[in-house]
This record gives sequence, structure tokens and C-alpha cells, in this order.
Amino acid sequence: MKLIDEGVKSQLRTDLPEFGTGDNIDVSVRVVEGDKERVQVFSGTVIQRRGSGASETFTVRKISAGIGVERIFPINSPMIAAIKKNHTSKIRRSKLFYLRKLRGKAARLKRDYS
Amino acid sequence: MIGLIGKKIGMTQIYKENGELCPATALQVGPCPILQVKNNEGKDGYNAVKLGFWESKKLSKPSKGISAKAGVPGVKIMREFRVDEISDYEAGATLTAELFSVGEKVMVRGTTKGRGFAGVTKRHGFKGGDDTHGCRANRIPGSIGASSDPSRVFKGKKLPGHYGAVNHTIKGLEILMVDLENNVIFVKGAVPGPGKSVVYITKQ
Repeated sequence: MKLIDEGVKSQLRTDLPEFGTGDNIDVSVRVVEGDKERVQVFSGTVIQRRGSGASETFTVRKISAGIGVERIFPINSPMIAAIKKNHTSKIRRSKLFYLRKLRGKAARLKRDYS
Repeated sequence: MIGLIGKKIGMTQIYKENGELCPATALQVGPCPILQVKNNEGKDGYNAVKLGFWESKKLSKPSKGISAKAGVPGVKIMREFRVDEISDYEAGATLTAELFSVGEKVMVRGTTKGRGFAGVTKRHGFKGGDDTHGCRANRIPGSIGASSDPSRVFKGKKLPGHYGAVNHTIKGLEILMVDLENNVIFVKGAVPGPGKSVVYITKQ
């Protein structure tokens, strides 16, 4: 296991900002269409981070045209151009799956200004 | 073709240059000392390189003698790799992960996990019966043939029995990464056997 971690060390990304569950972030994703490449932004709330090392992922949830949309990103993916952290929230659990059942005002999180 | 003896470490994920995320198996390859080079001419009658792996002191006298002849420490595992050209190899030298390069295709041979005496559901992928609705034939094989004609069970009928622990070869595995420092290579996809088991990696 130690040898695996040492081998994939070069794959890990250290340039991204630290963020956790409950944070509101903008994820800039590289989209390749044919031979052209552009950047698309997916912004929403981080509802989970799971895994470790090379296979760690995070899930971002947003409400798009009244419909909840979730996207899972591998955190070390080279397809992520940048991540911008907008603000953090006061949360009491590490996985915010309860947000899926809530709509509108009830689905808001309390901002953490500290 | 020449190859190396190695040990399976475990699985992880690796990104290709185009951003594609691939499942990867980490294999500790070598360092493998060359114990003997067999020659086409003379009593051997074929070209081959005999490699060793897994240094050990607790060995039988005959196997100690083989490594002593090449002037290398004793090894637990030995295997021959047939080669066309033997002039590149010399007994006493050591082969490492430098043998492999990224993008190359290799063949990996290992012993699959032993499952012991397994039923037809695990061994042959039979569907079995319903779990509910009063069905009691949940994992049984069912009928194994007709009655008076042919009055026997056909050969090769899939039935319960010993499953796993056989040699298995996977061809065309792509090398995703080579870690020269630790002698570890990462191949795309799965490799037979449990972790820490011995595998033979051959160039294609």
C-alpha cells in the first residue's frame, strides 16, 4: 500500500484550494469538443467528500431551473481547470444528503462568517 | 519474450495524459537477478533467460547452488523466459523495471484466488431460483439431464466443485506508469490473484 501511494504521488494535485462539505464552490471543468477545448463552470454546494489518495472524489449539488443536479468530480482530475471557494456554511455533519429532500428556503445552509 | 517476475501489490486509479481515469494494478517487478542464460547451441537446445525473484536464505541446497553459480543471493522463485537473442543478457546481472516503458502492452500470468468447493451460482454464474414467493431452490443446480434416455449425465455438465487457484493469463494490459525508484509498474485493469501473490509479466 505504501508503494502505491508513493507511485501515484505525482498524480495528486496540490494547486487546488482547500474546501470541505458545505462550502459553496465554482468548479471550472475542461470540456473537449472535437479538437477544441473550453471551460465550463459548475457552481454549487459540496455535499460530500469521500475516498482518499488518488481516488478521492467530491460531490457538488446545485439547483438548475428548479431541478436538483449533482455532479461527482475526482479531486485529482486534470479535467478540473480551477476551483474557486465562494463561502463556507455552518454544518453539523460530513454528508449533506438531507438537502436532497428539501426545497427552496428550507434547503439553505447557514453562512459561516468566521 | 523477456519479462520479469513480480508481486501484486494492489489496485488504485491513474489518470492518462488526456485526462482519462483508468483502473490500475500496482505490481512490484524485480529486481530479478539473471541466474542462467540458456543457449540454442549445446546441451540446452533453446534460448532462454532464467530469472530469480524474492531473496531468501532458507533454501534447499540445489536452489542455493543455482544462484551461487551466478554469484547472486539465493531466491525463492525462479522462472525461464524464452528469448530470441541472448547476447544482451549475462548471468549475474539484474533486470529492473527499466525493462518496461509507458504505453507498452504486457501479458500478466498469475494464480487466481482459490474459492474452495464452490456451488454453481458462484462457480458457473447460474441464476438460481427466486429468493421469495415460496421458492426453495435458491442456489441449487436444478435438473442435470433427462431420465432413461440417455441414462447418464453428459460430460462437462456444470456442477459444484473446486473453483479458483488455477493459472490465468491476461494479455494486452497497458502500462500506465513506471516507478523506477521503487521498481513498481502500474498496468491498466485487473490482474489474477490476491495481493502479495507472485505474477509473471512478459513483454508482448
